[in-house]
Amino acid sequence: MSLERKDFLGLYDVKADDIYQILDTAEAMKEIFTRTVKKVPTLRGKTIVNLFFEPSTRTKSSFDLAAKRLSADVMSISKSTSSVVKGETLLDTAKTMEVMGADVVVIRHSVPGAPQFLANNIRASVLNAGDGAHGHPTQALLDLYTMREKLGRIEGLKVLIIGDIGHSRVAHSNIWGLTELGAEVRVAGPATLIPAEVEKMGVKTYNNLDKALQDVDVVNILRIQLERQASGLFPSIREYRHFYGMNKERLEEAGKDLLVMHPGPMNRGIEIDSSVADSEQSVITEQVTNGVAIRMALLYLLAGREIEDEDLA
Amino acid sequence: MKTLLKNGKIIDPVNGLNGNFDILLRGSKIIKIAEKIEAEDSEWKTIDLDNKLVMPGLIDMHTHLREPGFEDKETIKTGCEAAAAGGFTTIACMPNTDPVADNPATVEYIKSKAEKAAVKVLPVGSITKKCEGKELAEIGFLSEEGVKCFSDDGNPVMNSEIMRRAMEYIGSFDLTVIDHCEDKKLAGEGVMNEGYISTILGLKPIPAAAEEIMIARDLILAELTGAKLHIAHLSTRQGMKLVTDAKERGIKVTVEVTPHHLVLTDEAVKGYNPDTKVNPPLRSREDVEALKEGLKQGIIDVIASDHAPHTFEDKLGEFDYALNGISGLETSLSLIHDRLIRAGVVSWEDIVRLMAFNPARVLGLKIEGIKEGAVADLTIFDPEREWTVKKENFKSKGKNTPFAGWNLTGKPVLTVVEGKIVYDDRGGNGELFY
Repeated sequence: MSLERKDFLGLYDVKADDIYQILDTAEAMKEIFTRTVKKVPTLRGKTIVNLFFEPSTRTKSSFDLAAKRLSADVMSISKSTSSVVKGETLLDTAKTMEVMGADVVVIRHSVPGAPQFLANNIRASVLNAGDGAHGHPTQALLDLYTMREKLGRIEGLKVLIIGDIGHSRVAHSNIWGLTELGAEVRVAGPATLIPAEVEKMGVKTYNNLDKALQDVDVVNILRIQLERQASGLFPSIREYRHFYGMNKERLEEAGKDLLVMHPGPMNRGIEIDSSVADSEQSVITEQVTNGVAIRMALLYLLAGREIEDEDLA
Repeated sequence: MKTLLKNGKIIDPVNGLNGNFDILLRGSKIIKIAEKIEAEDSEWKTIDLDNKLVMPGLIDMHTHLREPGFEDKETIKTGCEAAAAGGFTTIACMPNTDPVADNPATVEYIKSKAEKAAVKVLPVGSITKKCEGKELAEIGFLSEEGVKCFSDDGNPVMNSEIMRRAMEYIGSFDLTVIDHCEDKKLAGEGVMNEGYISTILGLKPIPAAAEEIMIARDLILAELTGAKLHIAHLSTRQGMKLVTDAKERGIKVTVEVTPHHLVLTDEAVKGYNPDTKVNPPLRSREDVEALKEGLKQGIIDVIASDHAPHTFEDKLGEFDYALNGISGLETSLSLIHDRLIRAGVVSWEDIVRLMAFNPARVLGLKIEGIKEGAVADLTIFDPEREWTVKKENFKSKGKNTPFAGWNLTGKPVLTVVEGKIVYDDRGGNGELFY
């Protein structure tokens, strides 16, 4: 079992069959979590490098745990500890990782396209853990996984993504994955945070959250970066909260079947009220659990390209 | 020493020549043009051009030669070699060197280096000291050094008051202001054209409006001051409309486009190749179509490469960090032939106007063309020649081309500067002689 690709850089060109293959593999991985010994020897002897050029706690620890549960050797390098600060180029850092025997390089970088550049220049598989405003495919896959797990399907679902669509790699990857699987995707946010010609990606845009919320099955609420306000993209946090915050009233109006998601970390009381985040309809903590399963699935499918299926047993 | 060029097909709309002629050169001049000239002396060097096209020496009025200051990117010597290989006999170079060409000494330095180079070089002076947009450069002194055009190029004058005074002052010497039109604030940290492609790539966008606002401002100031304005590398549909309208109103404006803005769209940025990063950015399909329409309608005056050589390291790695620019001298004419002439967008007569006569007019050069008694600056082009663009074959130090690997039909094969063959690629070796 494998993906017919060396690298996994985004969902832009990933077809439905491959997405379902990843989701199904993740399901098998998640089963491991219920065991007493939550570890399989599948990637024993494989080396996975987590190369994080941007601060990240959640994604990094999720990848870390995923690799360890598959028995891979893991090296984690983050910006503050690597020689990047000394001015080493991305290319040289990556080549160093390669000669150390990395099979998969997981990269998080603030510059869009950095994983692509890496993939073009090293033989190891490259897995994008978020690059600028471009893509965050493992986050989108775990979102898809969670939707399918909770609602039984993805095709035909109405999914609303709220917030800073323009700067959000989570939104980008979700849009590609959801539209490929036949969901109806809406995006809502202030006009200043909606990127040019986003409709061509197959989504409907809304500037009015209450209208956008009508008849949706899932809301995926994006973290609002507080520095966007300082750069003039919206007037104040309180105005953002008033027009685009997911609060109790909006949740009640939307109804009990609405699934609430957030990629984290949350700004409680800004884009999402605690009463929403902690409600029965929220699956935010399940997203975190599923994230580990999805990352195990992808590491397995990339690093284990030549490993037989039974090794998973 | 006489050189006889036989069986060339001359294209010279100014002198009304379009057909096969023999051309006799002596020293730096053309001394005879006739349907048949026979060599009278075995000392004559006779070259059979075998129906290749002979044009007045082409002029690239927008290049960056990087010297002084950035000799790792390009030197006057290597840039001029690239120009010769691209079929250009004269080039103008932008002032954003280190030091900036805002003073007579720097201009003199460039001219002295250029004397030994393969082609002729006309330095463009800066509008303001150090291209800082604050105080006017010594325009008058620069004009005494032969500078005809002034530009702060990539660092355009944002302050409209300064630009107004610059136009008035430069206009009073009957010289020309060249502007790279970009509202730096509106362009912000953008790295590519704003549109669907920037959205899906997640790259910070530059709206077309950043260019158009400054075009509009400059046109208004040109009208106010009566100065001659040349708009560099126009790249947007609305920009074309603004210029078309200004020309109808009688504003003294000329406009230039680059081959890359005519041949590539922002689709080329997919894959994050830093060699596609350029300012103004590669635009949308609609913009490219509007530029082609502008060519057909005769609104566009000049095609120039905006040759912007960079080192390997300048273009290595992440797209955001790469420097802007395309090394364009050596692909310019072939791209124009392959993609525009062969597609019927423009004719060779148009190209001779766009790449020889009109730039000469903007640069204040004497327009002679191909006639007896004229200086023998000639570009000879083989329209049948098939070749592949290879970075390693560039004469330029800048290997930063998005056209690497492109198969093109047609290539400059002989470049003659003041009667001397400086470049000969008839044998495919791209030999330089100067």
